[in-house]
Amino acid sequence: MTADLLFYVAAGSAIGASLVVVLGKNPVYSIVALVASFFSLAVLYLLLEAYFLAVLEVFVYAGAIMVLFLFVVMLLNVGKESGPPMRKRKPLIAVLLAAAFALVLGSAAWTVQGTAYPAPFLGDVRAVGRGLFTVYLFPFEAASLLLLVALIGAVYLAKKTLR
Amino acid sequence: MIVPVEHVTAVSIALFAIGVIGVLVRRNAIVIFMSIEIMLNAVNLALVGFARFHGSIEGQLFVFLIMTLAAAEVGVGLAIIVALYRNRKTAFVDEINLLKG
Repeated sequence: MTADLLFYVAAGSAIGASLVVVLGKNPVYSIVALVASFFSLAVLYLLLEAYFLAVLEVFVYAGAIMVLFLFVVMLLNVGKESGPPMRKRKPLIAVLLAAAFALVLGSAAWTVQGTAYPAPFLGDVRAVGRGLFTVYLFPFEAASLLLLVALIGAVYLAKKTLR
Repeated sequence: MIVPVEHVTAVSIALFAIGVIGVLVRRNAIVIFMSIEIMLNAVNLALVGFARFHGSIEGQLFVFLIMTLAAAEVGVGLAIIVALYRNRKTAFVDEINLLKG
């Protein structure tokens, strides 16, 4: 019973933190709120029995990606949004579009109903490793190649232009 | 735990819609990028929910690969933003319009 309540609390926290990311004036507030959202999502993964992915979410997203964002924000010294207001013209159209999109997605997704798989299911390191290194070995190796390409690209893009 | 899968999907859809609003409404390139990360995490949540619902591990493997891809994308994307800021001295996307005819 408390696990269910924790699910809704964590879900509300994730949605609230995402709203702060989207609506906050200072980009640093948005970054901190996004870290909070990622931690809430990690709690949700734990409740959905994806233990390895919960830890990975904290390591990769909250630990590495958000630190990169913070570096860039501090480097570019983007403080409070100055000049014209932070929203482009007519935010109402964007909100209506997103609401319509969510409605279409919801009506399609609501066809899948029910609770969990009856047999015990565990998403621990052993299960993920067994799947990743036997059946899905090729996507795993392709992901490593993707990381190499991204590394080369990032180094090249950040070089000073030779004049 | 007896949370039905429609609730997990509803949370995922709400997060995705918030990410879409963030991409469309904000002017700061870094906040737009963060909204894209929100959208990716919404999809991750839906995949994890369905993995538990069907009792198969493939949903979680897909999330693993999405996280890898998101990390690579953030690396390259932030390098692009830094290079853009270096050339245009601004991080606001509606001031970067020199290609406009």
